[in-house]
This record gives sequence, C-alpha cells and structure tokens, in this order.
Amino acid sequence: MSSPLLEIRNLHAGLKDKQILKGVDLTVHAGEVHAIMGKNGSGKSTLVNVIMGREVYEVTQGEIRFDGKDLLEMDPEERAREGVFLAFQYPVEIPGVSTSYFLKAAVNACRKHRGLKELDAAEMIRLVKEKMALLKMDNSFMNRAINEGFSGGEKKRNEVFQMAVMDPRLCLMDETDSGLDIDALKVVAHGANTLRRPDRAILIVTHYQRVLEYIIPDFVHVMIDGRIVKSGGPDLARQLERHGYDWVEKEAAALV
Amino acid sequence: MPTAEAEIQELASREYKWGFVTDIEADSAPPGLNEDIVRLISAKKGEPQWLLDWRLKAYRHWLTMQEPHHWGKIKYPPIDYQSTIYYSAPKRAGKYKSLDDVPREILETYDRLGIPLNERAALLGIQQEGHTPVAVDAVFDSVSVATTFQKQLAEKGIIFCSISEAVQNHPELVQKYLGSVVPYSDNFFATLNSAVFTDGSFVYVPRGVRCPMELSTYFRINARNTGQFERTLIIADEGAYVSYLEGCTAPQRDENQLHAAVVELIAHDDATIKYSTVQNWYPGDPVTGRGGIYNFVTKRGRCAGRNSKITWTQVETGSAITWKYPSCILQGDNSVGEFYSVALTNHYQQADTGTKMIHIGKNTRSTIVSKGISAGHGQNTYRGLVKIMRGAENSRNYTQCDSLLLSNTCGAHTEPYIEVRNPTSKCEHEASTSKIGEDQLFYCRSRGLSLEDAINLIVSGFCKDVFRELPMEFAVEAQKLLGVSLEGSVG
Repeated sequence: MSSPLLEIRNLHAGLKDKQILKGVDLTVHAGEVHAIMGKNGSGKSTLVNVIMGREVYEVTQGEIRFDGKDLLEMDPEERAREGVFLAFQYPVEIPGVSTSYFLKAAVNACRKHRGLKELDAAEMIRLVKEKMALLKMDNSFMNRAINEGFSGGEKKRNEVFQMAVMDPRLCLMDETDSGLDIDALKVVAHGANTLRRPDRAILIVTHYQRVLEYIIPDFVHVMIDGRIVKSGGPDLARQLERHGYDWVEKEAAALV
Repeated sequence: MPTAEAEIQELASREYKWGFVTDIEADSAPPGLNEDIVRLISAKKGEPQWLLDWRLKAYRHWLTMQEPHHWGKIKYPPIDYQSTIYYSAPKRAGKYKSLDDVPREILETYDRLGIPLNERAALLGIQQEGHTPVAVDAVFDSVSVATTFQKQLAEKGIIFCSISEAVQNHPELVQKYLGSVVPYSDNFFATLNSAVFTDGSFVYVPRGVRCPMELSTYFRINARNTGQFERTLIIADEGAYVSYLEGCTAPQRDENQLHAAVVELIAHDDATIKYSTVQNWYPGDPVTGRGGIYNFVTKRGRCAGRNSKITWTQVETGSAITWKYPSCILQGDNSVGEFYSVALTNHYQQADTGTKMIHIGKNTRSTIVSKGISAGHGQNTYRGLVKIMRGAENSRNYTQCDSLLLSNTCGAHTEPYIEVRNPTSKCEHEASTSKIGEDQLFYCRSRGLSLEDAINLIVSGFCKDVFRELPMEFAVEAQKLLGVSLEGSVG
C-alpha cells in the first residue's frame, strides 16, 4: 500500500489549562473518506483545527505528518498551500471583503506555492462559475462580503464551494452538515462527493449519521474523550445512530 | 512555532520609506517668531498692505492665545515656537518660469516620493494616454514649485496656482475669501498660520464649470526645523465642481516638526467640492516615538449656497500627532456635508481627529463615516460635533464610527458631541469597537494567505466605505500605504 496522506500519532493537544486530545492515532490514505463521530466535547472539532494549525490549541505530544512532511512545523497558511483545507463549523464574517477578491488571493497564494501559474481574473471567473454551479449557488455570492449576512446554510455551502475552488488534497469538514435542511444537505453532499478523487482524502467530523447516508465513508471512527476508541466501516455509523454511544463507551472501558 | 503575535511584532520594524533629505540650498529666515519675521515673510512675497495688516492682526491675537492642551487626547512636550524657522525656500526661489528651471533635486525628490506615475508625468507636464490628467501644485518646504496644466485649466476659467501667485494675480478673490471660513482668530494653530503662512494652493472654479481633472498638491517638509504653514483656499462658484487631492510626506528627523495648515473651502449654490487627503508624514521613531510631524491642521468648508456639497475624505496614516477636524458649515438650504475618514495609529502615534457638521440651513444633510485603526502603542480618538441650529428644519445626520484594535497596548476613544436645537431634525449615531479577530486571521490563513496579507485584507475591508470615496488611483495608493504602515502591528 502507498504511504499515507495523513498520519497522526499519539496526538496530545488542548487549551492552556485543558487537555482535549489525549493520544489520537489516525491514518488516512489518498482516495479515502473517513468520518469521525462522537459526542459534543469529545474533541472532534479540536482535532481538525489542530490539523489546520489553529494557534489557540497547543500540541503537547505526538506528530502529524501530511504526505510525509511534518505538519506541526508549518504555519496554517503553509498547510493550506500544501493542500490542507478546513471547511469551518462556524465560518467567520469578514466585512467589506468580497468573496471573489478573497478567493482569488487565496487560490493564487496556493497556486504560487505549488509552482502553478497564478490565475487571472478571467480564468478565476471561469473556475468560480463552474464550482458555483456545482453547489447551486447564486452569482451574487461573489460580490457579497465573505459570510456577511449569510444564513447558516449559505455559510456551509460557501465552505464547500471554497473547498471545490481551492483544490486541496486533504479536505477537513467540521460538522458541515449541522444546521442544514435536507435539501441543502443533499447539495453540499453532492458537492463533496464530486470532490472524491484517488489523490484526495476527505475527513468528515459529525454528530449525526444522516450526512453519511449521502457521503458514504470508507471508515468510521468513534472519538470519546480525546481518543479514537473504535473504528469500522459505514455500518458502524448506523449502529451508533440506533444505539447511541453508550455501548462504545462501555466497550472501550472494558478494554482498558 | 512562533505565535501570530510574535510574528507580527517582528514584522513591525519597517523603516519609513520617505525619510530622506534633499540636499539643496535654502534661503531661510532665522529661527524665531516676532513681528519682524511676519513682515519679512510678507515682504519676501511682495504682498499688498492689506495682507500684511491681516497677518499682523493674527500675530498679535496669537500672542494672547493659549496652546490648546486641555481637551485633545494627545500628549507632547511643549513646542518651542522660537526655535522654529518660519520661512525657508529653495535658493532661486520664487516661481520658476518653466519646469526646466526647477532644481533637479526637487523633481527627483518628488520622484522618490513615489508620486503616482501619471502625477509625476503631470508634474513634468506630460500627458499620458489612458490616464486622467491630474494637475499638481507641489509645495516644497514653504514655496510652491510647480503648477502644471495651468493653461489647460485657464481655458475654462479655472484658476489653480499657489496662493502667493493668487495674491499677486487675483487679489480681489483672495481678499474676499481668505479668512472667510476660518477667521484669523479661530484657534491657536490657525491663528499662527494666518500670521506666518508661506504658501499653499489656490483654486477658483467659475460658475457652471466642471473641473476636467483632479487637482492635486503634494506637500513635503524638507529643511530642518522648518514649520510648514500652508494655506489652501478653494472656491467653487455656482454650479461648479472640483475634486482636490492632497498628499503629504516628510523626511525623517530627530526633532518633531510642526505642520499647521489651514484649508478653507467655499461652495456656492449647486456647487460641489471633494477634498481628499492621504497623509503620510513621518510618524516618528517606531521604538522611541521620537521625531515625527506634529500635524495641527484646521480644515473647514462652508456650504454657502443652496444645494451645495462638500465632501472631506481623509486617510491619515502618518505624523506623530494628528490633530484635525475637517468640518462643514451647512449654511445653504439643502446643502450636504460628508466626512469619510480612516485614521491609523501605529507605534507611538497619536491621532485626535474627527469632524464638525454645523447645520444652519433647512433640509441640510450630513454623513460621517470614521474608521479608526490602532496598533502598537497608538492612540486613536474620534472627536466629532454635530450641531443642529434652530433654523435647520428637517436636517439629518448619520454618523458611523468604528474602531479596530490590533494590539493589547493601543487605545481607541470616541468622543461624539451632538447638539440639537430643532425638533424636526434627525441624528443617528452608530459606533463599534472590535479587536481584529483571531478567528478572522485564522480563517484567512487557513486559505493560504500570509498573516500580513490577512491583516491587510481585514483592515482594507474595514476601511472600504471610506476608500470607495477616494478617486481610483488615490484609493489604490491609500490601500498600499495602509499595508506598509500596518506591517507588524498585531499584538
């Protein structure tokens, strides 16, 4: 088997006075879709934020390798340029900055790093139009300030849209399904599914099994108290939906 | 991994790019201020008696005044007015007959200032294809050295020249309007200016004429220990339109230099004046706060006629101290006053700036949009007055006042005053203060933007409402300047 795209070993991280991740191990290969499920506060969101390089979290132990490179040595922008993308759970508003301007700057920063020619305005519009159609987005999106006045659903859709435009190798989706009605969920899932490629991996963090009906994962992991305690196939998600997390907790406790 | 804060601090120490000194011989008055100096300035400029009398009246009044130390949120050691030089002109001063006569060093200076290409060309009298021509009056220390496009403007009856020239060639206009908006007794610095002003720009746009190009002045303080006291007077007659741009830089010095200008605008019936400033005086040493310009400026416009309009747009990024309140007296019925401002204080800079909107006429409207950005140890104060007089039926004001903080050591302050004496009027005031968000920065960085680009992007977005009021080329310049001034500023 090829070497993994993402390899996390014994990752410990948290806030200044609170340990959140307590030894996460995870291996993701290109072409795979992984789902991490778990209750509120189990550390799922922290994990993807730490992978992206959010500085409020301190990594105290362990390592994260992306395509063989030490991700923890890189600033968030370097990670992005290397091909890591985080679709945020709560995308932030940036008043006065149009989505089109923002995306052009972002895409070109990454392209430059990857040794590709920067896109001019016309090429950018072509790319954006194509991806907007994919996410069934209105043209007016591009002229609006980033996330300003967007509904919850629009913000999530905008995240997946950006993911499509940025062409990452590792897509981290942080509860992209939460707050979406069923129609929006289908659109977002369709967008994510078209991004499935042999050279790209997707890591979905979610509470609910629902989204996994639309984006069928190859692997499902259960996170409890900062550790991945159980891994399995898509069936595991359905089991969790039916029986809750208690039995996994008990099982994990029995193993200790 | 270095934290964002540390990185930003590290980036902070970029040097002031415009801190060079041009080596030219100057004809200077001895330092100090007394009646003889006032007479000397007037004599050097060959002024008529009435102007000398006016200067002397101002000087004598100034002696009775106190420097306004008590109300502004600014701190500085006492200024020694006797050690300042009140007149300095490049040798061979006077108005150059043609650009060939302008000392090369001066032209090179403007070159190094990075005056936008089309304006530099304009300064040389070359019109470039595809560029809106801009007429430039350049003030170097105290003397106006080059006024371009005078002829083209003259064909439309527009007068654009140095104020010294205007005194010689259009004394009736100068005498009629000088001090009509900012009287000689107005305030300490304006009164000082009235006594010793050396040069500045004069614009007159006749009835019904739309000025076909942006008019522009670049100021630069060069000689050591000189105060720069320009006086600008702009008159738009009935139905006229003019857009005026002002840019400022100064070389780096150890001593603080005084800049006390006065700008007066008069808009008659149906006339519009847009006055835009990008101020980038030397802000002082980033570490010690030493040096830097004291910018004590009085700017005021009178919407004298019905349906007249005055718009002030300012981007203040430089100076050790900025003390200015471009104001509008809305005298004519239905007249409109606007103030759009970005004030940035980094390192040890202090800005106390805002506006006054005085509503006198009926149905007068004013808009105030103020964006204050504080970084480093900068202190940024918005101070504004909206005054609705008894007769100002149905007048309106809208004020929006936002502050953005980029460090834990800077300050943002808001001092809005609203005085309403007419019950049919409406005033709205919105204000916000926010710190540049870790979440915003992380969001941008997670998309591949560097920390620096992320800050610039967020700040530009914050200032957008003001930038879009600037003429295109100026807006681009202002945005770049903001980026430079901000480098290394979040903490």
